[in-house]
Amino acid sequence: MIFDGVDMDIPRGKVTAIMGPSGSGKTTLLKLIGGQLRPDAGTIEVDGQDVHALSTAELYRLRMRMGMLFQSGALLTDLSVFDNVAFPLREHTTLTESMIRKLVLLKLEAVGLRGARELMPAELSGGMARRVALARAVALDPMMIMYDEPFTGQDPISMGVLVKLIRQLNDAARLTSIMVSHDVAEAGSIADWVCILSGGKIIDRGCPDDLVKGGSDWTQQFLKGLPDGPVPFHYQAAPLVEDLLGQSA
Amino acid sequence: MINVLADFGRAGIRAVGGLGRASVLLTAMLAGLWELIRRPRLLLEQVYSVGTLTMIIIAVSGLFVGMALALQGFYILSQFGAEATLGVMVAAALVRELGPVLTALLFAGRAGSALTAEIGLMKATEQLAGLEMMAVNPVRRVLTPRLFAGVLALPLLAALFSALGVLGGWYVGVGLLGVDDGTFWAQMQAKVDWYEDIINGLIKSLAFGFACTWIAVYQGYDCVPTSEGVSRATTRTVVHSALAVLGLNVMLTALMFGN
Repeated sequence: MIFDGVDMDIPRGKVTAIMGPSGSGKTTLLKLIGGQLRPDAGTIEVDGQDVHALSTAELYRLRMRMGMLFQSGALLTDLSVFDNVAFPLREHTTLTESMIRKLVLLKLEAVGLRGARELMPAELSGGMARRVALARAVALDPMMIMYDEPFTGQDPISMGVLVKLIRQLNDAARLTSIMVSHDVAEAGSIADWVCILSGGKIIDRGCPDDLVKGGSDWTQQFLKGLPDGPVPFHYQAAPLVEDLLGQSA
Repeated sequence: MINVLADFGRAGIRAVGGLGRASVLLTAMLAGLWELIRRPRLLLEQVYSVGTLTMIIIAVSGLFVGMALALQGFYILSQFGAEATLGVMVAAALVRELGPVLTALLFAGRAGSALTAEIGLMKATEQLAGLEMMAVNPVRRVLTPRLFAGVLALPLLAALFSALGVLGGWYVGVGLLGVDDGTFWAQMQAKVDWYEDIINGLIKSLAFGFACTWIAVYQGYDCVPTSEGVSRATTRTVVHSALAVLGLNVMLTALMFGN
C-alpha cells in the first residue's frame, strides 16, 4: 500500500508543495491526480470532477485544463523548442499558424527562451529543457499545473530561475500549482501551503513558516535536514559488537 | 523436476499474458485508423522513416541476392541444358519467396529495431506520459502511424528487392555468363504469373509487414523503461520478428502453393 487514509485539499490559486523523503509516493500522487494511475480505493476530485469516474474522452478534456512539468522535461526529442511548445496548440485548437507562432513566442518569452526556439531538445541544458517544458505546460492556459521535482539536478542559477517562474506564472495566470519536491528551501520559499508525506500518510500540513516553527519532530528533522531523529541514521541492525564478534557475514 | 515444470508454466503464463497485451494494444492502434486517415501527414512521415530510410540496404541486398541466385542457378540449370530458364528461376524465387522473406528480415533488423528503440526511449524519457498529460493519446499519435507505415512500406520494399534482384540476375546471367538476353526476359514474361506469383508475393509482404511492425511497436511500448529494458526489447523485436516471418512464410506458402 502506498497511501493510507490520505485526505488532502489543494487550495485554488495557491502554490502547494508536497514534500517528503524519496519513495514516499509524491510522484505517484501526481499521477493519481492526473489520472495516469488508478487508486484501489478512495476518490480524487479536480474542479469538482471525480477523475477516475470520467470516461476517456472526459478525462482528456480535463487534462487539457491541466499542465504537468515532468522531472525529465519530457520534451519530444524529434521536435524543435518552437514545435514542442506549439504541439498542444496544434493538437487541440484550430488556430492559424500565424496565431500559434505569436502564442508560442509569448510563452517562450515568459520563460526567457524566445531566442532558443530553433534549438532541438538535445542542444538544451537541463534547466533550459525544464523551462521549455514549462512553456509547453502552460501553452493551453490550464487552470492548474503540477510540477514533479522541478529543482532536482539544477545548478543554483537555473534553480533560482525556476523558483521565480513558478511563482510568477502562478500569480500572473491565476493558476493552481501543485509542486512535488524534496528541496526544502526552494519549495518552502514559494509555497503558500505545504503538505509533508511519509509512510503513506500526511505527517504535517500548514504554512511553511508555521511548520518550521512548530511542526512535529519528524517535520523538524525533514525540514532542517538533521541526520538523526525520528528517522534514525542507522538502518535497523543487530548491535555492532555482536556483528563484529560474529562469524557470519 | 517440479522447478522445471514451474519455470515452464511461468514462461507459458508470461507468453500468454504478452499475447493478450499485444492484442489489446493492436485493438487500440486499429481504433486510431480514422484519426490517421484525417491526418495523412503523420503516416507519410513514418513511411519516410521506416520505408525510405530502409531503401538502401534493401536495394543493395536485392542486387547481391539476385546475382548470387543467377550464379547458383546457372551452375545447376546448365547441367540439364536449361540455362534459358534462368530468368524464370531467378524471378520466381525472388517474387514468391526470397523477396518477401529477406526484405521482412532486413526490415525487422533495420526499421523494426529502430521503432522499438524509439518507442522504448520515448517511454523511458516520459515522452509518452507527457503526451497523455497533454490529452494526446500516445497509442493513436505515436503507434498507429508507425504500424500502418510498416504495413505500407514492406510490400514496396519487397518489390524493390525483387526488381533489383532480377536486374542483378540479368547482369550475371546475360552480361557475364552468356545467357541470351531475349530468352532471359521472354521466359520470365511467359512463366511468371501475375496472380500466382506476384499477388501472392504481395500478400506475403503485407502479412510480414503487419507482423514485424506489430511486434516492434508492442515491444517498444511494453518494455521496461530503462536502458537495459530497451536493449532487451530491441533484441526481442529482431528475434520474434524473424521467427514470425519464417513461420508465417511456411503457412502462407502451404496455403498459396500447396495442392
